Amino acid sequence: MSVLDWFASICFFLGCALNLIAAIGALRFPDLLSRMHAATKPQVLGLMLVMAGLAASLGSSQLTWKLTIVVLFQFMTAPVSAHMVGRSGYRTGKVREDLLVIDELTEDLDRAKSTPIPPSSS
Amino acid sequence: MAERVKFWTRWPMVLWLAAVWVLLWGDLTVANVVVGLVLAVLLVTLLRMPKVGFEGRPWLPGIVVLVVWFLGDVVMASVQVAKKALSPGEPPHGAVIRVRLRSHSDLFLTITAQLCSLVPGSIIVEAHRLTGTLYVHVFDVAEAGGIDGARDHCLKVERRVLYAFATDEALAEAGLPPRRRLLRRRPAAEVTR
Amino acid sequence: MSPVVLWVGGLMLAAAAIIIVVRIERGPSMLDRTIALDMLVGVVIAALALWSAAAERTDLVNVLVVLSLVGFVGSVTLARFVAVEPEDEGRILTPEEVRAHDGRMRASLAKESKRRVGGREDAMRRAYPESEDPR
Repeated sequence: MSVLDWFASICFFLGCALNLIAAIGALRFPDLLSRMHAATKPQVLGLMLVMAGLAASLGSSQLTWKLTIVVLFQFMTAPVSAHMVGRSGYRTGKVREDLLVIDELTEDLDRAKSTPIPPSSS
Repeated sequence: MAERVKFWTRWPMVLWLAAVWVLLWGDLTVANVVVGLVLAVLLVTLLRMPKVGFEGRPWLPGIVVLVVWFLGDVVMASVQVAKKALSPGEPPHGAVIRVRLRSHSDLFLTITAQLCSLVPGSIIVEAHRLTGTLYVHVFDVAEAGGIDGARDHCLKVERRVLYAFATDEALAEAGLPPRRRLLRRRPAAEVTR
Repeated sequence: MSPVVLWVGGLMLAAAAIIIVVRIERGPSMLDRTIALDMLVGVVIAALALWSAAAERTDLVNVLVVLSLVGFVGSVTLARFVAVEPEDEGRILTPEEVRAHDGRMRASLAKESKRRVGGREDAMRRAYPESEDPR
């Protein structure tokens, strides 16, 4: 096996392992937001590793560019969905207050509510 | 005049779309480039996007520092979250913290928020555009070095973003030392600190 | 690509997919299912990459591009329209409950359609008072 093959194998192994660990985390963590933290892991590092492994094992520069685009697209889109899900989870009360050390958003929202003219939420 | 200004501000978008087209086809031929440019111009003129207004100065050393630190952060945070996922015992204690960013540009707010939420262990729950405030959910407060540590981390990300893309005026407005001084003494330590 | 990596990676991904499906079943809210589905898309991407490397199928790379680009649409849509759901509605119903629910739905549908057909006949009779059979 060549160096490139070893590199590809290690990348694939780590990427798949990250997926598995993230799945275990998503099963074990107690609330929505901590499950989201587990979910971002394979989406970012796992994807980078798997794509690096694929690029190394296919070994064509043309496809390497395409795989770079895959990672870039994921980097642009993953935060969008993470933010939307986190925000609506927060707004519909899926956050477990007992697990938070401090919650400055609720403090600020309460303060905004108690002032006479509330600022627009958007 | 106004039309010309508009046209010129759209150029980066056209180039980016054309580049994506060429990369998707995979080979750099004249036909690909031409078709990509035509499609990009069509898209930009037909589907008008709200103007973000990029007023900045990309700075290569800053970008390199930003990317390297981002990759390092992702690896470190992934290992931390993975450890927590596998280790038995109490679930970690998180926190929602308020981070008041130094710059008031939408673009830098967006980039900072994107980079922060790509790193496992921090998610942007809410962003307040008028005051330039991000509300970040931190996965494990103890691991992140306390609430101040976590807030400091986001501010450092913003600092690197600013050094990578902002103009000198924006840097001065945010209260950061200019790049020239950064280069003269302790180049890496100052940017990353 | 050695078969060992293929098998080990494939088994890990399969295990991950099964665990994610368990999380989807457990919920407890729509948003939990959404992020679990997002993770499932990630597993599918990794599996496709593994397959593509093992079988040297370069055409699968295009599928990866599309998946990475549109994978977020579903969760954004769901997150946009998710509402506060009562505690009890966030779980999957038992077969008996589903049957009872279906029965209720069918009864109310039948009532509704009878009312509507009756209404139409009334309207026809009003429009054509002479004819005996409006149809």
